Amino acid sequence: MPQPHVYRTEAIVLRQRPLVHADKVCVLFTPLHGRIEAVAKGVRRTRSHLAGHVEPLTRSRFLLAKARSLDIITQAETIDAFPALHDDLDRLSRGLYAAELVDRFTDSAADGTRLYQHLLDTLHRVETADSPDLPLRWFEMRLLDDQGYRPQLQQCVRCESPLRPDGNAFSVPAGGVACPECRTGLIGRPLSGRAFKLLRFLQTAPYEQSAQVRIDAGLGRELEGHLRGAVELALDQEVRAARFVEVVRSTSADVHNGKRAAAPFVERRAQGED
Amino acid sequence: MNDPARPTGASAVTAIPLARLIEAFHRLPGIGPKSAQRLAYHVLRAPQSEAQELADALLDVKQRIRLCGLCQNLTETDPCGVCLDPARDPSIVCVVEEPLDVLAVERAAAFRGRYHVLHGHLSPMDGIGPEQIKVQELLARLGAPSPSDTAAASALIEEVILATNPNLEGEATAAYLARLLVPLGVRVSRIAHGLPIGSDVEYADERTLHQAMEHRVPLGDADGNRISVSAPPAAAAEESDRSAQPTP
Repeated sequence: MPQPHVYRTEAIVLRQRPLVHADKVCVLFTPLHGRIEAVAKGVRRTRSHLAGHVEPLTRSRFLLAKARSLDIITQAETIDAFPALHDDLDRLSRGLYAAELVDRFTDSAADGTRLYQHLLDTLHRVETADSPDLPLRWFEMRLLDDQGYRPQLQQCVRCESPLRPDGNAFSVPAGGVACPECRTGLIGRPLSGRAFKLLRFLQTAPYEQSAQVRIDAGLGRELEGHLRGAVELALDQEVRAARFVEVVRSTSADVHNGKRAAAPFVERRAQGED
Repeated sequence: MNDPARPTGASAVTAIPLARLIEAFHRLPGIGPKSAQRLAYHVLRAPQSEAQELADALLDVKQRIRLCGLCQNLTETDPCGVCLDPARDPSIVCVVEEPLDVLAVERAAAFRGRYHVLHGHLSPMDGIGPEQIKVQELLARLGAPSPSDTAAASALIEEVILATNPNLEGEATAAYLARLLVPLGVRVSRIAHGLPIGSDVEYADERTLHQAMEHRVPLGDADGNRISVSAPPAAAAEESDRSAQPTP
């Protein structure tokens, strides 16, 4: 049976890159076709009908035409523009981090229904949660699970004895937690008892329950370090948007502390250090 | 048997200098192999003087064009003509992503201040952060003039207009710059968002319409006074206040 020349799909736009003239290549993440790269023609022009519907971190309905190399977006209609995500730099940086994880982990022609739902939920949660970081940690845990990199948090990765809460280490290369007796000689970082309990909880609890947990800044950073390490090892590369999250977080802290955020840059410049 | 060192196919019948020229054109953005061939054969058929002019222009642009030490725009002289122009308002700086954006704003003839060219935008997923674009140079213009700054440049900047592209990266760049600039005590504004002239509301996306509604312009007040459309909102409000006053 001949394949249809056009097809419809819903997708979240993960990213864009310029093509020739006013065209861009959009990376779409779809529930049924996985990751698709498609051409959005003329979207750099101000009068483009497509431009607003194919912006990164937008969920839209698409009509795509099959082409020899990249499919072509012929129509698009926004379902959810995630306005609160786009209007807040802190939330936007986290949304981009989630999108990059999906972009790096997934490939084309893979059924992405479960991951699509996780990404969609995560973007909504990042939009509304008090702290936009917790939805990311929960998402990282699901993503690792989904891709076959579930960290071992129940038994020691070396001796397989049941883990006690304190004195453990999180060893990314070993794939999970090592007990106090086995941690010597393993590449890993100390894992506090609170972080250990929370990691276990995140691995099994639904998000709604996880969102009830109060996490202070120190615990949040510890969790982030362990899970980002696991994600980057699974990817075998750095997550670039993580750097942006750090930059935004530093300016955010300066704004909240009432500091002159630009001062360090200006001082360096004045001293001729750059 | 074929000699592996010997070129085969089309490259075998193309002279090496011509193949080099085709290859050079092919490396330019938007130029495919066929276009590269056509351009190379055009150069070949053109008079010697025309080819020389092209070669001189290429070398000239590489040798003489540099960045203005103040606005970071491409220029032959440092500071550039715009930064040295006494007719331009030094208290307003318009921040754009690329040198071509300066040309676009100049064509509109709607801005008489000075510029700052970032040479890019933040692109977190491509690993482009503030260090890769001209953010420090902008902060230096506002906060601590470097030794290379001239008297003209160190004049007090009162307003920075963020004219980065209204897309995700441009918005992220503007939001990031606003966070850095506001604490410096300078007025920071963003170019307006909304529907482009000549477009249809029917085809507009939700975010654009949302922005257009949020930044709508008053045409008249509750007292029946008309407000000039061309006046900026602040001026329009003043005009409305004035027209509400009884005439002496």
